This record gives sequence, structure tokens and C-alpha cells, in this order.
Amino acid sequence: MTPALIPSLGPAVPEILLAVAAMALLMVGVFRGNGASNLVGWLSVAALGVAAVLTLGLPGERVLTFSNMFVVDGFARFVKVMVLMSSALAIIMSMNWLDRENINRFEYPLLVLLAALGMAMMVSANDLISLYVGLELQSLSLYVLAAIRRDSAVSTEAGIKYFVLGALASGMLLYGSSLIYGFTGTTNFDALATLFGREGYSASIGLIFGIVFLAAGLAFKVSAVPFHMWTPDVYEGAPTPVTAFFAVAPKIAALALFSRIVLGPFAEMIDQWRQIIVFLAIASMVLGAVAAIVQTNIKRLMAYSSIGHVGYALVGLAAGTEEGVRGLLIYLAIYLAMNVGAFICILAMRRKDGMTEEIRDLAGLAQTRPGMAAALAIFMFSLAGIPPLAGFFGKFYVFVAAVNAGLVGLAVIGVIASVIGAYYYLRIVKIMYFDEPAAEFEAPMSRELGIVVTAAAVFTVLFVLYPSPILDSAAVAAAALVP
Amino acid sequence: MEIGLAHYLTVAAILFTLGVFGIFLNRKNVIVILMSVELMLLAVNINLVAFSSYLGDLVGQVFAMFILTVAAGEAAIGLAILVVFFRNRGTIHVEDINAMKG
Repeated sequence: MTPALIPSLGPAVPEILLAVAAMALLMVGVFRGNGASNLVGWLSVAALGVAAVLTLGLPGERVLTFSNMFVVDGFARFVKVMVLMSSALAIIMSMNWLDRENINRFEYPLLVLLAALGMAMMVSANDLISLYVGLELQSLSLYVLAAIRRDSAVSTEAGIKYFVLGALASGMLLYGSSLIYGFTGTTNFDALATLFGREGYSASIGLIFGIVFLAAGLAFKVSAVPFHMWTPDVYEGAPTPVTAFFAVAPKIAALALFSRIVLGPFAEMIDQWRQIIVFLAIASMVLGAVAAIVQTNIKRLMAYSSIGHVGYALVGLAAGTEEGVRGLLIYLAIYLAMNVGAFICILAMRRKDGMTEEIRDLAGLAQTRPGMAAALAIFMFSLAGIPPLAGFFGKFYVFVAAVNAGLVGLAVIGVIASVIGAYYYLRIVKIMYFDEPAAEFEAPMSRELGIVVTAAAVFTVLFVLYPSPILDSAAVAAAALVP
Repeated sequence: MEIGLAHYLTVAAILFTLGVFGIFLNRKNVIVILMSVELMLLAVNINLVAFSSYLGDLVGQVFAMFILTVAAGEAAIGLAILVVFFRNRGTIHVEDINAMKG
């Protein structure tokens, strides 16, 4: 009798911890009731923090486990730390808000925890099956989060729209996966890479179809134009802390997954892929810049802004080089800080009669709440990409990578789009600083949020002085993905 | 006539197309959209099992089992969201899902 094969669990310890913690906290929540929701929230933050530390402790070289379905390398480590951090921040951001809106339920942090687990699985996927399972664990948690405010018509509507279009995307991704499996005989990324790398391998028409379906499904998950139509409605309808979570962690995870697929199994077919990604990047950058101009709701504006930012990140991917991936990772790290900060400011837009989301309510904020206005102005300047703030360097590195890869036209369009996009970011600054003050917002934000927003603002301003930690670790991560 | 791989793939492609069109052209009822989603996943499963049998490789059937399991969870979540939506709005007509536009 052969001994039972036990896979090496070491590389997956952070994920195992998250899964066990989610189930244990579910029990805590069930037995203690909704009174325990703050306890469950902080324990979830602790679990995410411990998982991030464990991720950092993993070996830097490439390790495969679970029959080569699960991979840990420098790239996965870098992205996972970002995903876990932004999920923890999303829980911290929401706790105060949930209390005030009387929807403080212990399920909320648990769903974020499960979504983070799904995202970590996605980032480490090395097989079409593990990719699908991770992606669905993430998506199913996010559908419920969008509709978590179950007595609100817009929140449930956001849930339905996200669910229907997300399920369509999953279906397309799966159909593509099934064709890739059928025409190559394998679902493993390494085996696919070996197959395509063979001398004189030419892709059959069925395989190309499969790749196109897979790309469409992934473009949908990163909300790249023309698969973006769910984003504005879901961002507007979902409760604000949920929107803040949607705008950061799932975007980072999906872009990382996209990069792993393009530069892993399909690295040899970069010529076929590049056209698709260049198109997605141009369309997202232009639509993100133009469509945001007419918005009056700040969450909807942030939705179009995030579509535009996905476009800039895809420019780095379109380059397809190590430098491009490094630019993409730097961009995502900076995007995380800017967006978390901006959304904390949006969360603080509250009057006695509830949350407000209209941009005109920010009028004269510089007089009523100078600190918050200054922070939001920093994030808006940075999102617009104005030097010397961090956002400028994010764009700089992806555009340089694109130029070095010979995609000068793409970089030029990107620069033009970011100039157009600067208009609506600067308009917010103008409204805050030069318009007549509107009614004042309620009490200032809680101490935790104050600390986070200050940290994000300091990072955004001072990145220029001390960029090397992020640049170096992004370079190591990119080198792990692009051999 | 021998039933071969191409026949299975054709059936799956037709079912998948029906599913996609069911989502986009349907103007009536959200339940129909949920059924269309299931139809798409079913088409994928037919594809996978047909390929698996053709290639003599079990991975495709394992993949199909995973899809079946996840599809059950997906349907449950979809129906749950639909129920809370109905409680808020009193309708599940596709045309009434219009509180946000733009």
C-alpha cells in the first residue's frame, strides 16, 4: 500500500489561517450574537494582520504545492500583502460607520475575511481550477457585501446588478477555460507554458477562442472598458465602506491574476495578447477620464476614476516586460494608499440627516474642516498625477515601461487621458477651497480613521523622498513573475 | 451516425449562446436571468466532460464537479439577493431595476 500523499501545507499557511479564522469567528458571532460584531471585526483585522506577517515570512523563491495548483513566489507575496492590508483597512473603515447606520452585523467583517481569502487564492493560482475556485470565493462574498444593506433599495439593486453581470463574467471565463483545456489537454499553468513554448507550436482556432473568452472574463473582473458597465452602479449603490473595499482589494487581486495569466502560461503568445490589452487600456483610460466629468455623485465619480486607473495599470501589463510589471505593482501600491485615504474622507461626509454623497456638499470644506479638505486635496492631486505626489510616480513608471517596450502611442494617449482626467479631480479641489461653504459636516472622524488618513496622506506626499522600499520590493516581485 | 466530440461541442456552444442571449435580451423577469446563468454553466460542464472523455483525462470531470458545487452556491446567493430586492421594491421585473442610471 502506498502511503497517503499529504501535500506540503507550508506555502499555504496564510490562507489556511484565514479559512480557519473565518470559521472560528463565524462560531463566535453565532453564539454571541450581533453584540459581538466589534469583537469579530477586530479579531478579523488581527487574523488578516497575522496572515500578512506569515506571508512575509514565506520563502522568496518559487514554491509549488497541492499538485502544482498553488504557487507562492515573490510576486504572490507582494500582492498578497497589499490585498490583506487593504482588506484589514476596509474592516477598520467600516466599523464606526456600521454602528452609526445601525447595521452592525458580525457577518460583515467575516465576508471581507472570506473575500480576502478568495483573493489570496486567486493571486496564488497556478491552475485554471484553483483560479476559478479562488475567483468565485471572492466574487460570491462581494455580491453579498454589495447587498449587505438589505433594507435599502439601491444597495440590493447594486447586489443584483453585480451578481448578474459577475455571473455572466464567470460563465465566459469558464467557457474559455473549458476550450483551453480541450485544445491543450491540461489546465496547469506550467504545463501550458511548456506547451506553448515548444518550437513551432501554432495555436488552433479553438484555443484562440478560449483565450479570448478568458480575457473577456478577466477584463470584466478588473472592470476594464468595454466590460465596465456594472462598476458605476455597483459603486454608487453599495454602502460607502463596501465601495471603498471594492475599489482597492479586488482590483489589485484581479490585476495580479491578469498579469500572472498573461505572463505565465501565455507568455509566448504575447503578440496575440498585447493587442487586446492595449485596446482595453486605451478604452479604459479615455472613458475613465471623459465620463467622470459630468458626475455629481462622488462615489460614481470614484467608480469612473477607478476605471481610468485600471487603464493606466494595464499600460504596464501591455508592455509585457519585467519593467512593465514593476510599474504595475508600484502603481497598485500607490493606488491603494490614495484610494483608502480618499474613501475615508468620503466616509466622513455626514450630516445630521445621514450620509451625503453629492460633490456640491463639499463646497467650502476648507473653511469648515480645513484638515479634511487638505487631506482630500492631496489625494485628488495625487490621483490626477501631479508631481511631486505619489500618483505621478505611479503613472511615470508604467509610461516609461510602455515607451521602452516600443508602445509610444499608448503612452502618449495615456498622458493625454490623464490631463483630461485632471479636470474633474481639480474641480473637487476648487469646490472645496473657493466655493461658498455648504452646511457643516458632523463630528470629526474617529481616531483610528484619523491615523489611517494621516498615514496615507504622508505616504502620498513623502513618497518622492524615500521611494526605494516600494521600488525595490516591486522589482523583486516583478523579477519573480517574468523570468 | 456516430455521435462525436464535435456534436457535444456544438450543443454546448448553442446552450452557451442561449444563456448569453437570455441575459441580454430578456426584458421580463430576473428569475429568467438566473436560469440563463445556469444554462451557461451547464454548457461549460458539457464541454468539459466531452473533452475529458475524448482526451481520456480525468481533470475535466474534476473541474466539472467543482463548477457544479460553486454553481449551487451561486444560485443560492442570487436568489437570496433577489428576495431582499423584492422585499424592498415589490417587483422583480428587469425594467424596474433602474434606481441608478448613467
